[in-house]
Amino acid sequence: MYKYNDFDSAFLAERNRQFRTQVERRIDGALTEDEFKPLRLMNGLYLQLHAYMLRVAIPYGTLNPDQMRALALLAAKWDKGYGHFTTRQNIQYNWPKLKDVPDMLDALAEVNLHAIQTSGNTIRNVTADHFAGAAADEIEDPRPIAELIRQWSTDHPEFQFMGRKFKIAVSGASNDRAVLKAHDLAVKIVKNDDGEIGYQVLVGGGLGRTPMIGKVLNEFVAADDLLPYIESVISVWNQLGRRDNKYKARIKITVHELGLEKIRELTEERFAQVRTTFGGADQALFQDIKRHFAAPEFRTGGTEAFDAAYDSDPVFRAWADTNLAAHKAPGHAIATISIKKHGATPGDATADQMRAMADIAEEFAYGELRISHEQNVILPHVHKNDLPAIHARLKAADLATANIGLISDIIACPGMDYCALATARSIPVAQEIATRFEDLKMEHDIGHLQIKISGCINACGHHHVGHIGILGLDRAGVENYQITLGGDATETAAIGTRTGPGFAYDEIVPAVERIVETYLEQRESAEEEFLQTYRRVGMEPFKAALYPAAEKKVA
Amino acid sequence: MARAFTPKVVTANDLLEGDVIYLTTAGNWTRDLRDAELITDEAEAQLRLLDAQSQPQIAVGAYLADAKAGEQGPEPTHFREDFRRTGPSNYAHGKQEAKLEATADV
Ligand code: HEM
Ligand code: SF4
Repeated sequence: MYKYNDFDSAFLAERNRQFRTQVERRIDGALTEDEFKPLRLMNGLYLQLHAYMLRVAIPYGTLNPDQMRALALLAAKWDKGYGHFTTRQNIQYNWPKLKDVPDMLDALAEVNLHAIQTSGNTIRNVTADHFAGAAADEIEDPRPIAELIRQWSTDHPEFQFMGRKFKIAVSGASNDRAVLKAHDLAVKIVKNDDGEIGYQVLVGGGLGRTPMIGKVLNEFVAADDLLPYIESVISVWNQLGRRDNKYKARIKITVHELGLEKIRELTEERFAQVRTTFGGADQALFQDIKRHFAAPEFRTGGTEAFDAAYDSDPVFRAWADTNLAAHKAPGHAIATISIKKHGATPGDATADQMRAMADIAEEFAYGELRISHEQNVILPHVHKNDLPAIHARLKAADLATANIGLISDIIACPGMDYCALATARSIPVAQEIATRFEDLKMEHDIGHLQIKISGCINACGHHHVGHIGILGLDRAGVENYQITLGGDATETAAIGTRTGPGFAYDEIVPAVERIVETYLEQRESAEEEFLQTYRRVGMEPFKAALYPAAEKKVA
Repeated sequence: MARAFTPKVVTANDLLEGDVIYLTTAGNWTRDLRDAELITDEAEAQLRLLDAQSQPQIAVGAYLADAKAGEQGPEPTHFREDFRRTGPSNYAHGKQEAKLEATADV
């Protein structure tokens, strides 16, 4: 795992010391709120509906057991015993007290974690495939690229005050698990016909108010050219992007207004100049970073214990069928720990659960943990023979829910239960949908179906790319939920289409049920997934089920 | 024609605790909406808001929230203010927690 160097540690200590002073000065009246607010936001501290909220970054979603224990410590000592894992590979604490925050940050710094959001109009924390370094379908671990970009962009003079923030995601696999096409810029590791490794660069994706799917700007950027190429893209946008309107400033709008061809042309022009300024130091740094991400020495040996448990224990089998993914090393698997127990808050884990996961990772899983944008926790490297023991430990910690990729594995933002920007709640909608389908005992029959819920147009819950997307709005002082169908967060990314008028809070679960019933009626076989059925039959049957009265009127 | 003025309370978040507070008639802060001052005059509301904003060591982000008169004092007219005076719906945290503790004490 990447170790922060001395410079980073000193920088963190200095930042925390400064922030402690700033908090003191705010409390004794030397700083006004207008002066303090940008300072606290830079340190991940927000003021929400009922309390402060501290957002801690988990770079490329990678944690070691000690870091997970530090997250548990914060939850137990300074919060209400739990933390909330988010879609941006962060953890949020919903109840810190202002006076405690400097101590919380110091506790994080001891394990090289921090709440520095690289906030503002800068290049934000780079996110990565949560199966990075483990997945069978991966060409190369993409995290060194994320770290290289982090080091290069930190304090880069050209990119500190841009027109808007800039979000980058990276993946090295054929299946997109990092929602590449919803980012301002994305890098996908590819191989050309000669077997050389290079990078496909995508631009112009984003969700929020104006959702857009990212487009391929360059099919193959040679390995040595990646940083100069990225710098060229950002530099072109930084000069052209609109600064007059914050809703139009993201690169997705620049790409949309000028066209991909034009951006490509300008990028090439810029690249010709920029490339010569990179003297190869970036490549030396890259090789050094790569060494820190070297995979562990994978064990060898048979999988008898796994096979025996799989054959004899139906509960273990159900969990293995939904929560395991293919690993690149023989005898190994990637295990996803569901933080989506039916009826619980998606993404919330207690301090005890965090400690249990840290212990399991230390004892059985090469000391590695990951956080996914789907708000689950991952053991990226597990020898299959250890899975029965891991499963037993997870059961004891109430973490053995077998629902990854199913209808109850819902992404939901905090919504009006916590978020000051929200227009409606999203957590209880997720809780009720999960509980309802658990009661119906239908979810394994329904199969792969992703529901994503946001409590306002900012789309933190990724609703646009949910197979079923739900957006909570305030319609004349009442919560109202718009449904979209057909969204897709993978390599075949798509923005969902609205079904029609929204639904009241107490109508939303029945509406989802009607959508699912329609899918079950329409599908050609149990193998045809929801999204495939939707793509085959289109919106009409779903509309007819959702708005029967309206259909009659038209008829 | 100008829109009719609807009654308001002055509300904010507490600087240290971060929780929701309301301005009372006496000019103190309370954590219970029912003890807040219900302001029915527009000019008065602006003055009271200025008063709140001049206390940055207690109140953060003070604003006027719509409210109506209820049997026990002001009540919210919008669901956002209803959540703010109660707490989140997924756990009994926030103000509802304090109330639970108070009942448990009796
Ligand atoms: C509760 C406090 C939160 C606040 C105040 C907040 C605020 C915002 C705002 C204002 C934006 C829009 C920025 C823009 O489009 O330029 C945004 C975007 C985003 N937020 Fe949050 N957010 C919060 C929590 C979360 C959580 C809990 C998650 C994950 C579950 C999350 C994930 C995201 C993501 C993925 C985006 C990017 C959407 C896009 O591609 O445009 N946020 N957030
Ligand atoms: S989508 Fe809206 S309600 Fe949900 S967390 Fe983001 S800003 Fe808050």
